[in-house]
Amino acid sequence: MADIGDVAPQSMQFAAPLPLASGAQLRDYTLIYETYGTLAADRANAVLVCHALNASHHAAGTHAGEPRSEGWWDNLIGPGKPLDTDRFFVIAVNNPGSCFGSTGPMHPNPDPAAHGRPYGADFPVVTVEDWVDAQARLVDALGIERLAAVIGGSLGGMQALSWSLRYPARIGHCIAIATAPNLSAQNIAFNEVARRAIITDPDFHGGHYYAHGVVPRRGLRVARMIGHITYLSDDAMEAKFGREMRAGSLGYTTQDIEFQIEAYLRHQGDKFSEYFDANTYLLITRALDYFDPARAHGGDLTSTFAAARCRFLLASFTTDWRFAPARSREIVKALVDNRLDVSYAEIDAPHGHDAFLLDDPRYHGVLRARFERIAREVGRA
Amino acid sequence: MSDRRDIELIAELVPEGSRVLDLGCGDGELLAHLRDARRCTGYGVEIADANVLACEKRGVNVIQLNLEEGLALFEDQSFDVVLQLDTLQHLRNTETMLRETARVGRTGIVSFPNFAHWPNRLHVAAGRMPVTRVLPYQWYDTPNIRVGTYADFEVLARKDGLRILDAFGIQQGRVVRRWPNLLASVAVFKFERSA
Repeated sequence: MADIGDVAPQSMQFAAPLPLASGAQLRDYTLIYETYGTLAADRANAVLVCHALNASHHAAGTHAGEPRSEGWWDNLIGPGKPLDTDRFFVIAVNNPGSCFGSTGPMHPNPDPAAHGRPYGADFPVVTVEDWVDAQARLVDALGIERLAAVIGGSLGGMQALSWSLRYPARIGHCIAIATAPNLSAQNIAFNEVARRAIITDPDFHGGHYYAHGVVPRRGLRVARMIGHITYLSDDAMEAKFGREMRAGSLGYTTQDIEFQIEAYLRHQGDKFSEYFDANTYLLITRALDYFDPARAHGGDLTSTFAAARCRFLLASFTTDWRFAPARSREIVKALVDNRLDVSYAEIDAPHGHDAFLLDDPRYHGVLRARFERIAREVGRA
Repeated sequence: MSDRRDIELIAELVPEGSRVLDLGCGDGELLAHLRDARRCTGYGVEIADANVLACEKRGVNVIQLNLEEGLALFEDQSFDVVLQLDTLQHLRNTETMLRETARVGRTGIVSFPNFAHWPNRLHVAAGRMPVTRVLPYQWYDTPNIRVGTYADFEVLARKDGLRILDAFGIQQGRVVRRWPNLLASVAVFKFERSA
């Protein structure tokens, strides 16, 4: 297995407005994306990678001159890796509303009334379906009629599922990992706490903090700390930190760090608040909350997936309590009810939700086997 | 049951083009055979990681589940045939699984080691639990936590309201229809739920 090496993000501008689920439109927008591998002459070997909450178009390879800049799914994507770039043309696109280059709240609002100021809180609320529509336009622009597969984990898995419903004739395989057919009340509750932390930060200024030259960093830190707790399993946290203390003895302080887990969470929060945009965090958590394809079918997931035509691979992790295996099984049941081709791997991994980003050999083995099968189907074996 | 000939004998019980659920499908060999030779579609259910991977490599649909947790994933009568080959004897909830098989499938096919095969009887008559080709384990390490006979299954089927459509033994790749309870190491039953 080799690494991809340096990759360069590309951008594509779209003049036609993107109609959004809310009824609003996204005008004059740009999508940032990366591609790995070579598009075959028959254009049949394209695989779309969908990113989750914190990630971007930079899924694999490195950025020149930036140490430790490996993409977020670099262990999966590359020459000889499970998603083999010697066989597939891989597209990773940054979703609109993000803060990593595609049009988002930090970009100028084209509305004349905004006088060139950033969107800020006025960026339209975007949904998973909106993202999938934006991705489909990019795929169109790249001259690709049909994707060999769409793959994603967590929120990315929701996009993969949405592809199977919105563009059933345009994808061969849907690979949805550590995901759910919708958020539970508990999932939404965690998102809401994160949002309140941001919105009640005095530096938030109703979402127009750019004009004030500040960033609601305290809110972002707390939001990230909460999120991070839900990405790890109880066991993983216990194994990594336990009750380990920073100093050898109790400091009898309520405000300073005593336990290593506190230091870890604060460190994660600090790092995150340096690079992530608060409005984006609000938008993406809301997109998560709203995702519920069965809503238009009276909550019936089976009739929802009657529209799907592709083959499916689902995987979940036993210690993932954010999107527990039972949530994936709901999807599997709906697919089986519709007599669709589906395989489902329930990986007994200790890492919790984060396992979808790691390289457990059972998990990667199943993905490798699926991509080898897809490669045979598109004549790239 | 991984013997190629045994698989073919059982595959012959599955009508062409059937919608099939194979409970405890192992590495997916039977499902691949049914797909390739008899145009069947459907799913396997497996708990073991290595088998899930093997099925995925064969391009066989596999769902990783613990059968002891039941078949809530599958609707009533949603399959033409539910297979449970060499699996029943590993399950704690044998009877529940048999009922579930009959609920989910229009017909069920089970196979299991026949404990009443004559060499086993000799072992027991000599005071020891049998260790044979089909039952290669010692009593203390066997995964076969349910040991039953061809004749026992007929009794259980009657009790659970299953109508037996076909039944035979298999001995060294051959169908045994004469005294199967004595002469066959493997018992095979095809059944449906009585109306």
